[in-house]
Amino acid sequence: MKNEIHPVQVILYEGNGAEPWDRGCRLSVTTSLLDQGYSVLRVTESAGGGAAMRTTAEIPVIVLGRFTGPAPEIVDGTGSLRIATRDTGALGAEEILSLVTTVRDELGAGLNRPGQTGAWKPWFPVIDYDRCTNCMQCLSFCLFDVYGVDEDKRIQVQNNDNCKTNCPACSRVCPEVAIMFPKYSAGPINGEQVKQEDLARESMKIDISSLLGGDIYSSLKNRSEKAKSRFSKERSPDKALDERKRCLTQLQQSGIIPAEVLAELDLSSLPSPEAIQRKAKELAALREAQG
Amino acid sequence: MPFIFALYPHPPPFLPVLSDLPAKILYCRCAFAQAVPEATKNAVLEGLCESGVSFESVADLCEMSARKDARLAEILAGDEPVRIAACYPRAVKWLFHHAGTPLPDDGRVEVLNMRDTPADEIVSTLLSASPSPSTAP
Repeated sequence: MKNEIHPVQVILYEGNGAEPWDRGCRLSVTTSLLDQGYSVLRVTESAGGGAAMRTTAEIPVIVLGRFTGPAPEIVDGTGSLRIATRDTGALGAEEILSLVTTVRDELGAGLNRPGQTGAWKPWFPVIDYDRCTNCMQCLSFCLFDVYGVDEDKRIQVQNNDNCKTNCPACSRVCPEVAIMFPKYSAGPINGEQVKQEDLARESMKIDISSLLGGDIYSSLKNRSEKAKSRFSKERSPDKALDERKRCLTQLQQSGIIPAEVLAELDLSSLPSPEAIQRKAKELAALREAQG
Repeated sequence: MPFIFALYPHPPPFLPVLSDLPAKILYCRCAFAQAVPEATKNAVLEGLCESGVSFESVADLCEMSARKDARLAEILAGDEPVRIAACYPRAVKWLFHHAGTPLPDDGRVEVLNMRDTPADEIVSTLLSASPSPSTAP
């Protein structure tokens, strides 16, 4: 499910020309609005006779305040804002929240509601370019086209919404621990500082010599065994392969991927250097063709 | 005589602006998931609400980053220090980058980690007069 709705910004104005809100009411309203998906800007300072507040074009604004005089005059510097101002007077928290809902409807503004069943969840890989070496392992490992390359052939997250919620598989196999999922529970996948035990990058990479005459299958098996013993719990190629397979199986069961297509995929190992290079070249060529 | 709000994407120079504050504060609620401990994020928000300061709060920085929300650029605009109460500094740094609005690397931005740091420490840093360089992402 794509997430394309800009949140409404609510401004709780307590500056010049308005009375402060009750402490309990302020906290309750702010908490509830945030949990419903709104952005909330609390303004306490007065700034001479007027106040300039940074707003953003296209994002609807609702200004709430216990105004001591007439409702403030609104000057829209962008010419493109949807703005509503309401005097909350002596309203309580519940009444204010109802008021906001009503005003949002009047403004015709949507809202991404956190926690609703089936609602979009911000789950996507975030690349730490201080660590990324552009090895393209993630590009080949992810079979959902989350990754792409930019005009400089640099890896980038191109399709957030293709990422499978709660699957951090690409992060587990990134040799440089450069891929994060900030909503994940454990480090280093959640963005925690990378520790030495997270770095065993050589065992994440294919042993080139095995490809040139050795036994690749035993090499992969050995690598997997090594990984089990040397990696932190979260840095596991086996876990990653299982997670990726699970995501694909779910898609197949939903009828999105035909069973025969799934059967043709090699889901038992990390991509080979050749496969990585091939995919990187394909995408770079596609990128060039697109201009 | 009614006072006037002026709503601009970038404040014009002739108007006094809220960005004259010593530090801009941004609080992330992490509303789309429960990555940040509930007790910590509630206590930090309570501390901010009970203080007399202006602050900006958003439902979820990850959600904004995914949408490449233009609001993130507005939050960083200006020369004043910015303090962000969210999660791991490494994650926050690259979430902003992902959104197309990289954090400035001049030490102006501090990221405070609500996943690991006690709430009272975070509130105290958010409201303090000077930045603590150790929290720069």
